[in-house]
Amino acid sequence: MNVLTIQNLFKSFGSKKVLCGLELSVREHSIFGFIGKNGAGKTTTMKAILGLTKCDSGSIHVMGEKVRFGQTNTNKCIGYLPDVPEFYSYMTATEYLTFCGNLREMDKADIIARSTELLELVGLGQEKRRIKVFSRGMKQRLGIAQALLNRPKLVICDEPTSALDPAGRKEILDILLAAKEQTTILFSTHILSDVERICTDVAFLNDGKIAMQGTIAELRNKQSSNGFIIEIEKKEAADVLAEAFNELQHVEENALVFRGNENRFFDVMQYISENRIPIQKIERLEPTLETLFLEVTK
Amino acid sequence: MKSLLALMRKEHMEAIRTGKTMIIILLFVLFGVMSPAVAKLTPWVLEMLSDSMAESGFIVTNVQVDALTSWAQFFKNIPIALIAFVLIFSDIFTKEYKSGTLLLVITKGVSRYKVILAKTVLLLSIWTVGYWLCFTVTYVYNDYLWDNSIANNLFFSATMWWVFGLWVICLITLFSSLLNNNTGVSLCIGGTVLLAYLFGIIPKAKWYSPTILMDTNALLLGVEKIDAYIKTIVVTVFLCIVCVIIGIPIINKRQF
Repeated sequence: MNVLTIQNLFKSFGSKKVLCGLELSVREHSIFGFIGKNGAGKTTTMKAILGLTKCDSGSIHVMGEKVRFGQTNTNKCIGYLPDVPEFYSYMTATEYLTFCGNLREMDKADIIARSTELLELVGLGQEKRRIKVFSRGMKQRLGIAQALLNRPKLVICDEPTSALDPAGRKEILDILLAAKEQTTILFSTHILSDVERICTDVAFLNDGKIAMQGTIAELRNKQSSNGFIIEIEKKEAADVLAEAFNELQHVEENALVFRGNENRFFDVMQYISENRIPIQKIERLEPTLETLFLEVTK
Repeated sequence: MKSLLALMRKEHMEAIRTGKTMIIILLFVLFGVMSPAVAKLTPWVLEMLSDSMAESGFIVTNVQVDALTSWAQFFKNIPIALIAFVLIFSDIFTKEYKSGTLLLVITKGVSRYKVILAKTVLLLSIWTVGYWLCFTVTYVYNDYLWDNSIANNLFFSATMWWVFGLWVICLITLFSSLLNNNTGVSLCIGGTVLLAYLFGIIPKAKWYSPTILMDTNALLLGVEKIDAYIKTIVVTVFLCIVCVIIGIPIINKRQF
């Protein structure tokens, strides 16, 4: 079942078209990586899902219910973590979660139990100070706690790790991974290693629409030009080989990268064999999200 | 309902913890003490200045002050207190737009009108408590020094100013739903009060302008009767409701 479905979504800011017929679906209990360059429209899409931005046309459904701009009914089943979450600095973490629980119309006992559980999960269980003294990482962790408080069907995280150091990023990713069993996570980012680490599904946003969408394994299989690295013993031989085949390019003095179809690769192998060119290593280039992303967005 | 109460509690917590409630209370108590104190000190000050005033041709003889002098001072001080109130609270919405704290509230499925209601209720309650505290301080002090009974329609006069303050507060709500910065909010409130004042100059329209509620002298001296102001109070209360109601669709259309 799809938790989120976006159909033919258009949005412009003045003459600048940000979203041009965006189509997206997010299946339940997935961690969905929403990837795009800076300014690609990731945040606009997320704000549209939350009814915070008015779109020119198209539709968004969350759990089968249509999202309407300015109306907040669908937000009852969404948890949201902005890239830089801002809290009421005069509250403590517990007070803030209690406030959020009351906004969500949760029972008092449930608010207490859930707040305690989540603050422990994000490592703020013993924190009694007011939010104004919190570091960025602590605020991000509190942001996750407030997003998960009412056990939402969908959690939207807008670049949750972009402003954090490696340790802080790992903490956030671990928390999101732990939350996967309870909810579905839509996670926008341009840090591809984060996506590879925790996401089950991925979509690439380019020129205002989805350029590619699927599970990580599916996307890797779709990569059009698998390549090889060929290391030659002598530089001169590598130069000769690179001149003979357009598909070969130098990556180092005696190392060449091959990108092309299989028949051409066999031709290269035959040439090496016939000319008795001594080679050190032949290695298949594993497709990565990064190469795929660059291919899709070039 | 639970979410509305949560928002109201949050607004009160914010006003207390950021010190705004304390500032307002101190300010209004100060103004409450100041009115009778200024009235009481007036003869002494004039006596001190009598020699220099005599040189300028002004002869000061036996200045009499009473509760009426103090109440006149009170109603001169209240506009200053109201301006201070507006300046202190004009950012009640706009600072949340700027900082992004409201974003996490409205993405919790809370209807936006509840945000408007909670903030308006906070402003109205602080104004009410502050204003009547100020009135009570002046009243008790006056009663100790003089006799309050010489002031005609005192409670009604005080109510007029209170209602005027309610209208100004509802203007904060209206302009805050429209604008992004508190300077704009303050300027628009000032502009609206000025327009209402100019509207009140037109003889036929006079009783429909909220600014007439600021004119308490005629009532205190018994020149005008309460009945004349009832229409203005009804119009002002109606305008308060209109300001809040108009603010709701505006904030619903606001993009974050």
